Amino acid sequence: MLKQFFKNPLALMCLVIVGGTAFLGIFAPWIVPHDPYANNILNKFASPSWAYPLGTDQLGRCVFSRMLYGIRPTLFLSLVVMLGTLGLGVLLGTIAGYFRGIVDEVIMRVVDIMLSFPSQIMILAVVALLGVDIRNVIIATIFIKWAWYARMIRTATIKYAEMNFVLFSRSIGSGNLYILTRHMLPCIAAELAVLASLDMGWAILNISTLSFLGLGVQAPVPEWGAMLNEAKNVMASNPEQMIVPGLAVVVLVGAFNFLGDSLRDALDPKAVRS
Amino acid sequence: MSVVLRAKDIRVSFRKEQQSSLFGQERQQVLHDISLDLREGECLGIIGESGSGKSTLGRVLSGLLKPEGGRVYLEGSDIYEKRSAKSKAALQHRMALVFQDYTSSVNPRFRVENIIGESLRIYRKAGGDCSHVRQRTYELLDQVGLPASFITRYPHELSGGQLQRVCIARALAVCPRIILLDEAISSLDASTQVQIMDLLSTVQKSLGLSYIFITHDLTSITYLCNRVLFFQHGRIVEQVDQISQLSSLQTAYAKHLLHSIMGLGVSDSEQEQADLLVSESEISSLALVNDARKGADSPQAGAVMAFSSKPSVVG
Ligand SMILES: Nc1ncnc2c1ncn2[C@@H]1O[C@H](COP(=O)(O)OP(=O)(O)OP(=O)(O)O)[C@@H](O)[C@H]1O
Ligand SMILES: [Mg+2]
Repeated sequence: MLKQFFKNPLALMCLVIVGGTAFLGIFAPWIVPHDPYANNILNKFASPSWAYPLGTDQLGRCVFSRMLYGIRPTLFLSLVVMLGTLGLGVLLGTIAGYFRGIVDEVIMRVVDIMLSFPSQIMILAVVALLGVDIRNVIIATIFIKWAWYARMIRTATIKYAEMNFVLFSRSIGSGNLYILTRHMLPCIAAELAVLASLDMGWAILNISTLSFLGLGVQAPVPEWGAMLNEAKNVMASNPEQMIVPGLAVVVLVGAFNFLGDSLRDALDPKAVRS
Repeated sequence: MSVVLRAKDIRVSFRKEQQSSLFGQERQQVLHDISLDLREGECLGIIGESGSGKSTLGRVLSGLLKPEGGRVYLEGSDIYEKRSAKSKAALQHRMALVFQDYTSSVNPRFRVENIIGESLRIYRKAGGDCSHVRQRTYELLDQVGLPASFITRYPHELSGGQLQRVCIARALAVCPRIILLDEAISSLDASTQVQIMDLLSTVQKSLGLSYIFITHDLTSITYLCNRVLFFQHGRIVEQVDQISQLSSLQTAYAKHLLHSIMGLGVSDSEQEQADLLVSESEISSLALVNDARKGADSPQAGAVMAFSSKPSVVG
């Protein structure tokens, strides 16, 4: 299955983009040419040069250094959001799909209610309620988004819960925990991988959007959405300031989405046979 | 002989998908007051057309589906009664299942050793002695006629017959008293069917097991079973206590089943005539084939099997 995945050039490229970005983010302090907070108002809006590979912004800070430092909040906060939503979704989704009955009814009705709110507006409302802080953004996002995953994962679980090998396990008396962790989770892992990579794209976009609106990561901290927000103020005079962070978001989100698509293709048993 | 499994007045119904009114609670009765006894060391055949509720009964008997009415006693204790985890575990491992569809009956991500290991884990939890897991796995593989090298294989690297043997080994690993075979051989080819049935009967003799053998193929029943229940629309329509008395069937349904496996395309007008024609001679030939097969080694048995499934002369 994975062999198939690695034969796909697009998937490989996406993997390289994602891996490379993560690497740059982790080792940013050793790579960056300048301190991302050091401003030099005399050298503002400088064009790209050897000293400043991507030029400087309206305060004369090195855009390249800020971009690299910005990977950390962008990528790693999204990772937290993704793990949080997926974790909660997997937990409640498998429980609902495996035990069915009254447990399923209760969980799914809650899911229905959660899904009937417009998610972006709910996030804004929750952040407004709890106060502007990146932690609240993460909590709000997980709280709103898990329902969608719970539903997807429940469907996958139901499919496997009726399989004969699960029936056999139950008939000889394997514990529910054993069945859920040893049979169910590996079986839905393929679906999970797809969901996770698609969700990463969404989470990055979401955090960047909220930072752009000034609700997420706050001003001096380098974050791609926040950088876009700062660039927006000088859009009329220096529109090129928006290009770098904007393009970076598009490329990274696109990479995650393509990754999800190729993972789905690679894990589809029908595709393997052909 | 003592009774190992007793079912009393089992009733099961499912809610209908199509209700005549909006909040209707119409239910479709799938099992009507089924009672049966399984004695130690015997093989009870259950035969019936598709949709007659055989698999549903199997689920009830194996503790997977609580019936609306009735009791299931396994060695004297009610399996649906609330009880402590310990005694439940001790009870549950007394019965194991083998399914028809061998591709979905094992987890495709498990190796053979994990498949059997799961059962061994249960056996150990239920208080069984199982200190040498690896050793025991080899023993089990040997018992079902598979080489020890198969232990690291994945299900997709095995043939259907081999996989079904692994499923039998997995069932044996919990040291059950009863094995419930739900069309366990129906999706195998004729010669493999005979091999598996031979395997089942040797295992039965050496371990003193009882089988419940669900099928819609009468030939395999005559080969393996001591008693037969005929199932139709969730009711036992006829019971044959001696397999040799298969000829003395009373109900039309059971007779019809018998005819259809003898390869007779009976139309309604010919029905009566055929009823007369398929008489003792046919039945005894079936019994003969059966006897011959029991004596023979498996390759030859395969040939006899192929022969017996051909249309007969009558008609
Ligand atoms: N979970 C369920 N919900 C609703 N109806 C069901 C369910 N399971 C089985 N049935 C119905 O119960 C009846 C008996 O089904 P069952 O699977 O026991 O038949 P069977 O005798 O095993 O048939 P086959 O020989 O094809 O395996 C069928 O009419 C089926 O539609
Ligand atoms: Mg069935």
